[in-house]
Order: sequence, then structure tokens, then C-alpha cells
Amino acid sequence: MEEVKPQLIKITFDGIEVEVAPGTTIMQAARKIAEADESQAGLVPPAMCYYKPLPSSGGKCRACLVRVAQGSAKDPRPMPKLVPSCITQVQEGMVVENTTNDAVLETRKSIVEFLLINHPLDCPICDQAGECHLQDFAFEHGSAKTRYEEERRTFDKIDIGPNIQLHMTRCILCYRCVYTADQITNKREHGVMGRGDAAEISTYISNAIDNEFSGNVIDVCPVGALTDKTFRFKNRVWFSKPEDAHCECDKCSGKAIVWYRGDEVIRVTARKNVWGEVNEFICNTCRFDRKKTSDWVLEGPTKVKRSSVISANKYRANLVPKPDFAMKLAATQFKPIDDSRPYVTDTETIREQSIENNDKANHRSLLSQNN
Amino acid sequence: MQLTNRSKQVSNKEMTLMERAYLPAIATGLAITIKHFFAKKVTIQYPEVKRYLGPVFRGRHILKRDEDGRERCTACGLCAVACPAEAISMVAAERVKGEEQLYREEKYAAVYEVNMLRCIFCGLCEEACPKQAVYLRHDEFVPVFSDRDQVIWGKDLLVEDMNSRYTREAWTKEEARALDNKRANGEVTNVVPRAIP
Repeated sequence: MEEVKPQLIKITFDGIEVEVAPGTTIMQAARKIAEADESQAGLVPPAMCYYKPLPSSGGKCRACLVRVAQGSAKDPRPMPKLVPSCITQVQEGMVVENTTNDAVLETRKSIVEFLLINHPLDCPICDQAGECHLQDFAFEHGSAKTRYEEERRTFDKIDIGPNIQLHMTRCILCYRCVYTADQITNKREHGVMGRGDAAEISTYISNAIDNEFSGNVIDVCPVGALTDKTFRFKNRVWFSKPEDAHCECDKCSGKAIVWYRGDEVIRVTARKNVWGEVNEFICNTCRFDRKKTSDWVLEGPTKVKRSSVISANKYRANLVPKPDFAMKLAATQFKPIDDSRPYVTDTETIREQSIENNDKANHRSLLSQNN
Repeated sequence: MQLTNRSKQVSNKEMTLMERAYLPAIATGLAITIKHFFAKKVTIQYPEVKRYLGPVFRGRHILKRDEDGRERCTACGLCAVACPAEAISMVAAERVKGEEQLYREEKYAAVYEVNMLRCIFCGLCEEACPKQAVYLRHDEFVPVFSDRDQVIWGKDLLVEDMNSRYTREAWTKEEARALDNKRANGEVTNVVPRAIP
């Protein structure tokens, strides 16, 4: 039987054409553009709830809303409302506007405001600060001031074991941890209770927490709602030094990032890709118990984006940009030398010429003084 | 290529009779020197007499407490990451039950050290602080030291003393300027210093 190659779909995203397989979401198409050309990373819609490795995640936070200016080549009408790009599939000839549309950017600003309505803004004491997606999202798209005056919601503290700390007040209800729990356990033991304002991550949460891979809810959480208790208040992320490391582990891949303060391992996390997603979950033994350098085989410093605060006060070669200003200046001022002049070796002629040049220069400076 | 408009043609013109006489020029120079003996002195006798440096001068650091005497600092590390000289370091700790009167937030700085040799007194820590905890005093310098240990200031030296709280009459340059103007116009004579805004 002849193998049928799937027809690729061509869409236009912010004026850039890209060909993707059918069934791809707009978000994935945008990420494909950015992966091909790093300078386009700014046009990828932000994702607070969508998490590619977790099936059926997405469509909750509305952070990734985009405008579809043309539904498809067959039906060129625009979609009536902004659509979430993480769960909307592409169609042939679709034209999507993200950063080029002011309505999208304005809506995103409102989304930030909505997400921050009940967020306690306790970044100074939150361990997630510095690697928090909500911080990034609010910094890039939000406004600096809040209009909210009412009391923010509070919850009774729930202790969910010795390894994971739950701060319900910081939760933005992205459901990522719920999907993680679904993936690591057979029964649905971890979910969201209540509706609207009162919604809360709950229900037998301790059952899922006993699982070998429960620590991954920490990495998956975009905010500081689920944090590492063994790392609690140990250090700010930007003072610790991340190193890629691996270990022999019979439960997981063993590939992780080990965070150092001096010689001391203060935290172990899974590796994240450019979109902040963990593709290879690590087990709780690796995460919480292997806190000695001898447990790990170091591979070298983790590459941190220059824009990240984690790169602050670290002076690695890949973090320090080379000064190109001098070279640029030289390039703009470069003048080709006239090589057609005769090459003079006679000392007497050189002397005469230099006297002549001096006179010319003096004359010029006198001229400029008089004028 | 002409590099500057201020270049001058060197001249070898002859001196006038006055210039050649030499003594008049000497007398003029001496007169200027003697005049300064009687002019108002610009210097002060420093250790005994000190000048007011203005309300927004940046001297030594202080870690403020709030009205109830609780430490404001929550060891968020923003001062340390903002510090261009990397002079600040800290260790955070979790507040336990019963310490609510000591620390304002759930987390506090168990250790807070400023290396005064490294510090360039730029005030970026003050600007970065989200809890209005760290300030540079306008009225005190870092004193002279004879030992390296004396320059690394810990919390014992930095945290505000509730018995002599640190106040300022203005907290920004704009406020200070407005105050100066008012004083010049005679609108205010005495300003009560106020604590943290």
C-alpha cells in the first residue's frame, strides 16, 4: 500500500507563513516559527495553563488569546471572538494576528489583571520568584498598577506532606497539577473543588502526593502555589547556580538540574525546554533525597537566557555579551584608502610633503576660526 | 581632518612694553594672593564642624522597623541582585510561631550583611526594596575602620534602634527641593522630620 503523506497546512501567523501538519494548534504553529528563527520568539502567545507534555491541558487561563482574521481559505470570514491559540486547530489558509493586533494585546492586559485579582503578590517571600511564569506574563503584558481594592481571597492552610508546600492563595487554577496527578496515578485523586472564586485545588490531594512522581507538580506549577518544601526559603533562585546533571535512577531518566549555593546542593528540578515545559519527569528520590554532589554526574552549567534574572551576577562566557559597539562604529566610519598615490621613499620629498600638509592644515584651521 | 574648533594658531608676536617690564605683572599676582587672605574661608574644621549634607544624602545603610517594631526586611534578595558592587548578602529563615512581634512577614533575614568596602553608596538597594526596609542614612557615614572585620556590617549594626528611630525631613530630591524653596521664601522655618512614607 502506498504511504499517504499528510497534506501540510499553510497558515499565516503575524505575517509569517508556516506549514504545519493538520491537527496542529495555532500555539504549536507559532512555536514552530520561533524554533526555526529565534528572533521571532516574541510573537509566540504566552501560556499559563497549556502544557504540551500534559494531554488535554490548556484553554483555561485565556492568556494565549489571538485573533483569527481569516478562518480558512474556503471561508475567509474572521472568527467573531478572540480564540485561545493553545486549543484551536489550524485550517488551510488561516490568518492569525497576535502581536500585530492591538485588541489582542489589550485583552491580554485585562487577562493579567484578572489573574492577579486574587493573587497575593507576595513575590518577595515566594520561592518561585525569578522563575515564575505569572511574573513574566505580568511583566510583559500587564500594567504596573492594580485597580483592585477588595479583600483578596484566603484559604485555610493545608499541609500536604513533608516535601511539597501548597499555597492556595497564589494558585491561578491552571489545572496543570491536576493533569499531572491524572497522569501519574490511575485514579483521579487530585482535582479542583468549588467554583469561581471559591475554587480550590483539593480532594484527597495527599493520595496523589504519595506517588513516586508527585514532586513534578512543583515544576509544572506556573506560579508559586506548589513549591519545594526542602528548598523553602533556602535561597532566591537567582543566587543559586544551576548545573545540568544526571544520575543512575531505576525509576526515571535521571536527567535533572542541580541548583547550588556554594558547594551545597539546595534543590533538584527537572529540565525545562525553551517553553518552560518538562519533557522528562523526575522521581521524588531524585528530587528530594539526592542532595549531595556525589549523587550526581555533572554535565556543566545550565544555559540560562540572558533575559532571565537567574543569569544575574554570573559571569559565564555564554552569558556575557561581546561588545559589538566598537566594531559597528569602525564599520560605519571605514573609508577605503586611496592606493593610487605614488609610494614615496625619498626623504627629501617626504619632508617637503609633510611641510606642505602642515601648511594646508593650518590654513584650514584658520579658515574655520575666521568663519 | 579638523578635530576641534578651539585649536589656535601659535603666534610669535612681540611682547608689549608693559609685559616686558615684568614687575607690574608680579605685583598683580601678589595682589590676588593677598586679597584671598581676607576673603571668607571656604573650608571648615571638619571633625569638629560638620556640614549638613541635605535630606537625600546617601550615607550608611539602615534596616528599618515598622511602627510596631517589627523588622520590615523579608530577605527577598532584590537589593542584592540590584547591587552593582555585589556588596549585599543574606540568609533567609522562616518565622516560627511566637515571633510575629519580631518580624513582619513569614520570611525574614536571619543574616543580612553589607560589605561597606564594596558598597559604592549608589542607593539602588533602596530603590529596589519592595518592603521599604533598607535605606541609606542621610546623616551618618560609614566610620573609619582599621580592620577588615569592621567593614562587613551585620544585622547588629544595620537594624534600626527603636529608641532612636531614623527620620528624614524629605525622602525624595523633589521634596527636598520644594522644602528648600519654601525655606528660602520664609514659608517654613522648622520641619518636623517624618518616618517612612
